[in-house]
Amino acid sequence: MIEAKNIDFYYGDFHALKNISMAMEANTVTAFIGPSGCGKSTFLRLFNRMNDLIDGTRLTGECLVDGQNIYSKSIHVDELRKKIGMVFQKANPFPKSIFENVAYGLRVNNMGDKSFIRQRVEESLAAAALWDEVKDKLKKSAFELSGGQQQRLCIARALAVSPSILLMDEPASALDPISTSKIEELIHSLKKDYTIVIVTHNMQQAARVSDKTGFFMLGDLIEFSDTKKMFLSPEKEQTQNYITGRFG
Amino acid sequence: MTSSTDYTYKMKHLRRIIERIVESILTVSGAITSIAILLIVVFLFKEGFGLFSSPSVEKGYVLCVNADNTIEHLNPYQIKKIFDSEIENWKELGGADEAIALFRFEEIFNHYSDEELGEEYSLLPEKLGEVIAQNIGIIAFVPEKYAPKDINGVKILPIESITLSDFFGGKEWMPTSTPSPQLGVLPLILGTLLVSIFAIIIALPLGLGVAIYLSELADERTRKILKPAIELLAGIPSVVYGFFGLVVLVPIVQKTFDLAVGETALTGSIILAIMALPTIITVAEDAMRNTPRAMREASLALGATHWQTIYKVVVPYAASGISAAVVLGIGRAIGETMAVLMVTGNAAVMPHSLFEPVRTIPATIAAELGEAPSGGAHYQALFMLGCILFLITLIISITAEVISKRQPNKGL
Ligand SMILES: Nc1ncnc2c1ncn2[C@@H]1O[C@H](COP(=O)(O)OP(=O)(O)O)[C@@H](O)[C@H]1O
Ligand SMILES: [Mg+2]
Repeated sequence: MIEAKNIDFYYGDFHALKNISMAMEANTVTAFIGPSGCGKSTFLRLFNRMNDLIDGTRLTGECLVDGQNIYSKSIHVDELRKKIGMVFQKANPFPKSIFENVAYGLRVNNMGDKSFIRQRVEESLAAAALWDEVKDKLKKSAFELSGGQQQRLCIARALAVSPSILLMDEPASALDPISTSKIEELIHSLKKDYTIVIVTHNMQQAARVSDKTGFFMLGDLIEFSDTKKMFLSPEKEQTQNYITGRFG
Repeated sequence: MTSSTDYTYKMKHLRRIIERIVESILTVSGAITSIAILLIVVFLFKEGFGLFSSPSVEKGYVLCVNADNTIEHLNPYQIKKIFDSEIENWKELGGADEAIALFRFEEIFNHYSDEELGEEYSLLPEKLGEVIAQNIGIIAFVPEKYAPKDINGVKILPIESITLSDFFGGKEWMPTSTPSPQLGVLPLILGTLLVSIFAIIIALPLGLGVAIYLSELADERTRKILKPAIELLAGIPSVVYGFFGLVVLVPIVQKTFDLAVGETALTGSIILAIMALPTIITVAEDAMRNTPRAMREASLALGATHWQTIYKVVVPYAASGISAAVVLGIGRAIGETMAVLMVTGNAAVMPHSLFEPVRTIPATIAAELGEAPSGGAHYQALFMLGCILFLITLIISITAEVISKRQPNKGL
């Protein structure tokens, strides 16, 4: 359960998110759509505190994960990030072997011994629907995989540390249609175990994979509702215009 | 209408001619430069390799022994030992059990008067021959001009060239020693390696530490000040570093380790480390900052701490750049002349510890080229040292080139 309350976010003087509140329920897929530059990534990255890495940013409001304010002083950021996995727009495997990529999170978090790591790597690769394709070449460099496989490897890597939430920032935007549909299937199958938040600029994708959709524009959350409702009968005119492709 | 087309055509034509001229100037100057560089290298090696056809005793002199002496040839090291009286019996050299009697050319005047030696010393060779024939243990060092040729009872040792093993295997560097200059390059090579390697041992952890600090920990403002400052340090002339070393470092080293002199290999290493640091820091820092943001974010997003991200992702990713930095640092250290010359004490002896004076190859060249008679064995030996240095730095630059071209994703 993720909850954002009255979030305002600034890059220096630039007001990137304006008074945003929304709640994302456990084991659902929530999609963020909107024209590029509207603040989807910024909002998504609030939940694993990735924006902390950028100098000169400012945040007001509350971000709650399972009822706990993740920006409170008592939170250990690395513990938090272990619980909240992230998949990036462009596949970013480490320049290591396939195995080591998935094992990385387990190693840095001191999770389990050798055999546990082996088992967990296999489970994660299987959960990311990649195991069959790579089980014979785990020692090979991750760069030898195709773009789609690399992205699924990144998903496996995120799953390995057993997060409860998965943040995905346009995970399929750089992929071909076949790889994209594989990722979408994957999202479907992961839903029962994870709370998923996905940013996409592809409305069909949002419609296909998500339960709820939030429509952002210029830092505002224009509309947030059930995906079906959003695409069939949006409340706001701006949403209607965007969905029907009149701008954006 | 026609005239204007005509004009444009002419302009185009003119421009093409000018471009042609510029093109040929560039080609020619490029060719000349390349040829000049090539010639310098050829000159270096030609002069250097002349060494191995230089006589192993001082030019214009020969060594004579009694005809009954079984020794047929002596190498430079043996000659020196004999004339330093460190070898006193021929049997030590595999000859008969006879004491060695040194005979220097001037001594002939103690045995014979000027009259006996004849007009313009025309009888000198003969008299020399007499002296030598009388003493079975004698070895005489005489000018070739007065050598007792074809005289019974005298054997003139053949004039031999300096050999590769004399040069590369020789443990003594005493180019002005007579009758046979000692041109053993081993102490210089070892001195260079000792100073350089230890310099790298000091510079590497420090350089990496600062590079990591600058690229990963320092805030933008600190970095903006520190980085150019460090780059500036790379541009300070080495004589200034040498001066600093002499005035500050030498006394410190001497006091700290309670030594007789502060000019030691260690002092040289420290100075070199200081000089190599800016290169190592800037190149390594650039390499680490080139680690894509996506790599760092991927690591952090998995719950890795900042430090884990640095040593598990950033440093390995920048590994090839960091190695290039190290190799460039070594290159600077090995070729460095002035500063080292000023603080290492310049004793051309086989180095036994860090706390003794040593002498490096570049320092030797700088210190001795001025006083080595042109064309002589000493002079040629210095050129040969230049060749060695050239080859070492060539290997280092090629290594640096190869390493820095290596893809970051390979070999991990
Ligand atoms: N690091 C940053 N510094 C300053 N402005 C930024 C930074 N990242 C994003 N922005 C600005 O914030 C706005 C929202 O960006 P982003 O969240 O990436 O949009 P989206 O993901 O919807 O395309 C954009 O106008 C962008 O220019
Ligand atoms: Mg974005």
